[in-house]
Amino acid sequence: MTGTLTLGPILYHWDADTKCDFYARIADESPVDTVYLGEVICSKRTPFCERHLARVIDRLERGGKRVVLSSLSEVVIPRERNMMRDFCAIDSQEIELNNTSGLYHIDGRPHRLGPLMNVYNERTLGGLAARGATHATLPVELPRRVVGAMAAAARERGVGVEVQVFGRASLAVSARCYHARAHCRTKDNCQFVCEEDPDGMPLTTVTDQSFLVVNGIQTLSHSYLCLAAEIDEMRDMGVSHFRVLPQRADMVAVTRIFADRIAGRADGAETLARLEELNLPAPLSNGFWHGAEGHRHFGPRAA
Amino acid sequence: MTEIAHGKPDATGAGPLRFLPPPPLFLLQPILARVARRVAGLHPSLFDRLGPHRTACFVIDPRGLPFVLLLVPDPENLVFRAEPRRREPQSDARIAGNFFDLLALVDGNSDGDALFFSRDLDITGNTEAVVCLRNALDDVEGSIAEDAAGLFGAPGRAILAALRRAGDRRGGS
Amino acid sequence: MSRPELVCPAGTPAALRTAVDAGADAVYCGFQNATNARNFPGLNFTPDEMAQGVAYAHDRGAKVLLAVNSFPTAGRFDLWRDAVDAGARLGVDAVIVADIGVAEYVAERHPDLRLHLSVQAAASSPEAIRYYVREFGVKRVVPPRILTVAEIRQIKSEIPCEIETFVFGNHGLMVEGRCCLTNYVTGLSTNMDGVCSPAAQVHYDKGPDGSVTTRLGDFTFDCFGPDEQAGYPTICKGRYTTPARDESYYAFEEPVSLNLAELLPQLIEAGVEAFKIEGRQRSRAYVRQVVSNFRAAIDQVLAGQEPHLDDLVALTEGQKQTVGAFGSKKWR
Repeated sequence: MTGTLTLGPILYHWDADTKCDFYARIADESPVDTVYLGEVICSKRTPFCERHLARVIDRLERGGKRVVLSSLSEVVIPRERNMMRDFCAIDSQEIELNNTSGLYHIDGRPHRLGPLMNVYNERTLGGLAARGATHATLPVELPRRVVGAMAAAARERGVGVEVQVFGRASLAVSARCYHARAHCRTKDNCQFVCEEDPDGMPLTTVTDQSFLVVNGIQTLSHSYLCLAAEIDEMRDMGVSHFRVLPQRADMVAVTRIFADRIAGRADGAETLARLEELNLPAPLSNGFWHGAEGHRHFGPRAA
Repeated sequence: MTEIAHGKPDATGAGPLRFLPPPPLFLLQPILARVARRVAGLHPSLFDRLGPHRTACFVIDPRGLPFVLLLVPDPENLVFRAEPRRREPQSDARIAGNFFDLLALVDGNSDGDALFFSRDLDITGNTEAVVCLRNALDDVEGSIAEDAAGLFGAPGRAILAALRRAGDRRGGS
Repeated sequence: MSRPELVCPAGTPAALRTAVDAGADAVYCGFQNATNARNFPGLNFTPDEMAQGVAYAHDRGAKVLLAVNSFPTAGRFDLWRDAVDAGARLGVDAVIVADIGVAEYVAERHPDLRLHLSVQAAASSPEAIRYYVREFGVKRVVPPRILTVAEIRQIKSEIPCEIETFVFGNHGLMVEGRCCLTNYVTGLSTNMDGVCSPAAQVHYDKGPDGSVTTRLGDFTFDCFGPDEQAGYPTICKGRYTTPARDESYYAFEEPVSLNLAELLPQLIEAGVEAFKIEGRQRSRAYVRQVVSNFRAAIDQVLAGQEPHLDDLVALTEGQKQTVGAFGSKKWR
């Protein structure tokens, strides 16, 4: 059985100590192969990276992990433009781009494409591979038919193809900070209120349905996307990497469960049962994979 | 941020009854049927735009009139007739609005979304069918109201002109 | 001061003629399928209608811009290729694209066809824009509706192509081309299917008190009191609850439309080459009113006068208008 387990970047604003402790545990106890590091959502939160990044990279590498750095997803103001320029100059680590402005700077040098890069078809993938992309994490909304076609196209070009298999689905990004808005502040004067919600700020409908969570400028699903049952099918298609996103759950346990699944030590139903034992704070969903409403969850038999 | 709130225009105004006393429904039916056939004959492309919603059953409720209108825009079996309110037929979609607003819509003079935003237009049932009907009718060049009025020569056009003036006075579009 | 182009929406052939007659310099429209971001029922053009539309516009000195601005998925590229080929064959003046694969196809196969970068491509910095210019020869970019006038001026000074900004209509909250809220709720995707809040899954339930509850799929996202103004039934204009708020609130934005009439002089001075009016899903009445007003206002600014516009607020969402992100960074 093959397939590489990766840990995506922390999307939420966790304080520095929490992040350092989190990555120390991942380095020591988690079976993930690759860890993506970096602030993807908000350029105001980046001081963590500057202060602790080198130490965290070192810690993870000593734990045997491959480290890939993830870029910002929204690049508008001068600070963000400069950050992206500097980010693309990094040559000590592999990098993953989440904004087109990075493609300008990288200008053909090797890089990975993040899930917010809108790689929906084989032509786009081919064009980007010809310009230096070595690996692509597919958009979260792609249904199984498209993932299959993309994996085939990626294999032809020797490009790695990665699919998110666990964690809240990123549904939208904006220039506006909805965390600040909820607290009647502007983005420039947010006072990092997003730090209060390490698993996102819940939005509930007026009829009391849990629906979305807000993470600064990002809107995610309330449900945790989970493609545990679908991993065999994905591997048959040629998907090479499986991404788990950090949530406020026991992520060492989550990554162990997925590692067992990828290695063939557990089937889909068993994996789902083990995830259920973790008492996750939200229901699971896999509707996108099935070409249906993203929030829905189809059982292993429907797959 | 500049924000200009806008008060809702007075929606009461003079009812259309002042200008067009409703005739008994049996007198109305042949007129409505002629109107529908005329519009269908003049604008066959309308049905292409309707696609699968050709066979949908629309109830149009001109508030303030004693009847509702039933529309099935199927070229094979065109239905456009008045039904008494107490016997409103089953429908796939229902569109309710002031008579003058509905007239302005088929006159190509009003924007359906704007009427919806101001809550002057109520839509229930199959929203896609309504959107599709709206888009199909909006592609009809000129004015459907004029096409219909034209059926009745000078008196028809005079009535339409009077209704338009009444609608303008009301502060509608 | 160069004369900016007024770019107007046409969801139907009749709207195209209305826009041209009302003073549009260019009209944008799409085919009746998923290749454009307004794939709504009863809307858009057959190839024959497109040919007639192009002839009508060209006879009157106006241009036709073809929107092929959704994202083809693997295995479905042919539909987008055919749309581009048909546009080239029918003589459209430019194609508006968002997908890198489609952009590359146009650049390779139709090098003489003008390429515009759609707002759906989310090119929000000079570097992102220069990437598309360098790689695919993009001639004009429509940046996302999230920039201030000062930022637009800065971008314009750093890019080797034209810039087109929205001045009226729907106020896009999310970065366009990066939103799958609709797909999460309905199973249909804005990027892949060209739909946002598909009407087939929108339901209005009227309460006995005259209030109206709006549902999309399985989720309720607003309830308007009998006298409250309404907006489009989109997730990003809904009301929700959250622990930080005592009552339900518009978590993203209230129903409101963009109207940059008052900023026209600044935008022209910033070097914006084209002004775009949103609303391919709107009626001829909307097109006539908005286009003729902006035509007059632009001409007044160019003549050195104060722009004067009629009150367009009746056409706006929630019967409210805003300069949105364009006015100040505080919007963010």
